[in-house]
Amino acid sequence: MSERMSNAIDVRNAVKRYGDFTALKRISLTIKDNEFFTLLGPSGCGKTTLLRMIAGFEDVTEGEILLYGDEIEKLPPHQRPVNTVFQNYALFPHMTILENVAFGLEMRGKSKSEARTRAGEMLELVQLSQFAARKPSQLSGGQQQRVALARALAPQPKVLLLDEPLSALDLKLRKAMQLELKHLQRETGITFIFVTHDQEEALTMSDRIAVMSAGEMQQLGSPTEIYEQPRNMFVADFIGETNLLEVSVDQVMNGRAVCHLGGGHALTCNSVEGINVGAKVHMSVRPERLFTTDVPVEGEALKGRVVENIFVGTDISTIVDLAEGPQFIVRTSNSERGNKRIFEPGSEIFVNMELGAGRLLVD
Amino acid sequence: MATVNNDIKTYKGFRAITLLCLLVLYAPLVIVTIYSFNASASITNWEGLSFRWYADVFTGPESDKFKVAAFNSFTIAIMAATASTTIATLAATAMVRGGKFKLRTVSFGLISLPLMVPEIVTAVATLIFFNSIGFTRGYLTILVAHIAFCIPFAYLPISARMQGIEDSFEQAAMDLYATKRQAFTKVLMPLMAPGIISGFLLAFIVSLDDFIITNFVKGAGVETLPTAIFGSVKQGIKPNIMAISTMLLSFSIVMVTISYFVSKSDNTK
Repeated sequence: MSERMSNAIDVRNAVKRYGDFTALKRISLTIKDNEFFTLLGPSGCGKTTLLRMIAGFEDVTEGEILLYGDEIEKLPPHQRPVNTVFQNYALFPHMTILENVAFGLEMRGKSKSEARTRAGEMLELVQLSQFAARKPSQLSGGQQQRVALARALAPQPKVLLLDEPLSALDLKLRKAMQLELKHLQRETGITFIFVTHDQEEALTMSDRIAVMSAGEMQQLGSPTEIYEQPRNMFVADFIGETNLLEVSVDQVMNGRAVCHLGGGHALTCNSVEGINVGAKVHMSVRPERLFTTDVPVEGEALKGRVVENIFVGTDISTIVDLAEGPQFIVRTSNSERGNKRIFEPGSEIFVNMELGAGRLLVD
Repeated sequence: MATVNNDIKTYKGFRAITLLCLLVLYAPLVIVTIYSFNASASITNWEGLSFRWYADVFTGPESDKFKVAAFNSFTIAIMAATASTTIATLAATAMVRGGKFKLRTVSFGLISLPLMVPEIVTAVATLIFFNSIGFTRGYLTILVAHIAFCIPFAYLPISARMQGIEDSFEQAAMDLYATKRQAFTKVLMPLMAPGIISGFLLAFIVSLDDFIITNFVKGAGVETLPTAIFGSVKQGIKPNIMAISTMLLSFSIVMVTISYFVSKSDNTK
C-alpha cells in the first residue's frame, strides 16, 4: 500500500463559499487510516461544513477530497462509502429499529434476510437486540444514539462521520458514550471523524485533533500536543483553562525565550517558531502548573494577592491579583493539599511557575 | 389562598353562548336528519318512523336524476381530488424542499390566494375563461374547474406536514446509499402520507359539495348532486331531499373521521 493509499481522507485546498461568505478558507488536512480524528471548534468555525463536504451534503467550491486515494468530492452522497451519525440521529420514525439498521445494507443490494441478519448483529454490538421490533420514538435518547451508530456502522463504511452525536445527552450518559465510541472505533477498525465543540470530549477520545476557528485550521496534533503546546492564542484559550500574560521578548535561544513584563519583571519560557526578539506577544501558562508560596521559590516568581479560593470538587482554584499583570488562576489538586498551601483571601503571596510551564504564543 | 381563576368556564355567559352556537350550528342538521325518517309527505308534520324517503331516493320519480348526479359527483370528486393532491404534493415538495428560491413568498401567496377569493368571483372568471377558449361546457369543464380550486385545499395539510419533516431524514437515507428517488419513495413519502391523505380527503369533500362554481361551469343537462338537489328544491322541499342530505352528511362525517385519525397517527415523533 502506498503512502497515499494509507490515508483515509485527504482534504486538499478545500474552500467552501456561500455567496460572499467563506465558510472554509482553503483547508488541507490528512486523516490516517484507522484513526479517531476530531474536528474541534466553536460553532460557526466550519467543522460541520467540512464534515458535510466529506459526506456529500455540501459541494466543494474549490479543492479536492480523496477517500483512500480516490477523488470523491463530485460524487453524490449515496455513492460515497462513508456513513454519518447525525446530531439529531435522524432515525426513520416509520421503521422499526431493525429496519433502520438494515436500511443501508438493503440499499447496497443485500437481500432482505441477509440485511436483517447483519442488522441483528449490529444491534447486539450496541446491546439493543431486545429493542429490534420497537419504533425509534419508544427509545430513550441514549438508546436512539446507539441505534444511529449501529445503522451507520452496519454497511461497513470506510470512514464513519459523527456530527456532534453526544450533544443531546446528559453528562453522565455522554461520558459513558465517549468510552463506548472509543471502544467501537478500536473494535471495528473504522476511521472515525468526530465533530464537536466540546474540548474535553475531543481530548478524551481523539488520536488527533484539528482545532478550527473562523473557517481556518488553527492547529493539528495529538491531544497532548494541543493541550501542552498550543500554537497560538486561539488554541491556548479554547482548549482548557489558561493564564495569559503580555510580554516583550528580549532573547530567543534553543527554543527558550527570555522576556519581561510591562513593569520589567523578567521571565523565562518556551518559545515557538515565528517569535522574534523585540516582539510583544502573549505567554500562556496552565493553572495546574502554578503554585503559590509566601516566599518566592525561584527568582521569577510573580508577586500577587489572593482574591478568592473556589472549591471545584477535585481541585481548588485560587484567583490571584498579580502585582504586575492581570488576574491569574492557580489550580491545586486536592490530593496535593498536604504539600501545597492554600492561602486565605487577602494574603500577599508569590505565584511560582513549574520549569518549562510558560509558553509564548503567536497571535 | 386566593387564586385568580382564569378558567374560561367561569366567565359570565360562557355556557349560554356556547349552547347558542351549538344550537345554531347543529339544530338544522339534527332536524333534517330526524325528518328524513318521517313517514309523512309533509316536511313539518311527524307521522311516524319510516325509510320511505330513502327508498324514494333510489326508486322514486327523481331517482334517475339523482343516480346520474351522484355518479357525476363521485367520479368528479375522485378524479379532482387525485389530480389536485398530486399537483399539491409536487408544489409542497418544491416549496418546502426547494430551498430559498426567488418569488418563494409570491408562490405561496399564489397557491393559497384562491381560498380567500370570493367563490362567486372564481366561478364567473372560470366561466368567462371556458367561454373565451371555446371549451364546451359539460362534465369536463366541471372536472377541470374542480381540480383547479381543490389544489389549495389539498396543499395546506400536505405542506404543513412536510414542514414537520426535517431534511436530515432524506440526507440520512442518501447517506445510507439510497438514490434521490429511493430516498423520496422509501423515506419521504411514508412520512408525508398522513398529510397527503388528509389533503386528498379535504379536496374530495370540497369537490363533492361545491355548488357555486359547478353551477356556473356545468353545461345544460349535466348535474352534480348539489346542483340536482338545488334544482329539486326550487320546486319545493320534499322529504326525499332530506334523505339525500342525511346520506351526504353521514358520508362527510365518515370522511372527516378518517382524516382525523390519519392526521393523528403522527409518525415523525
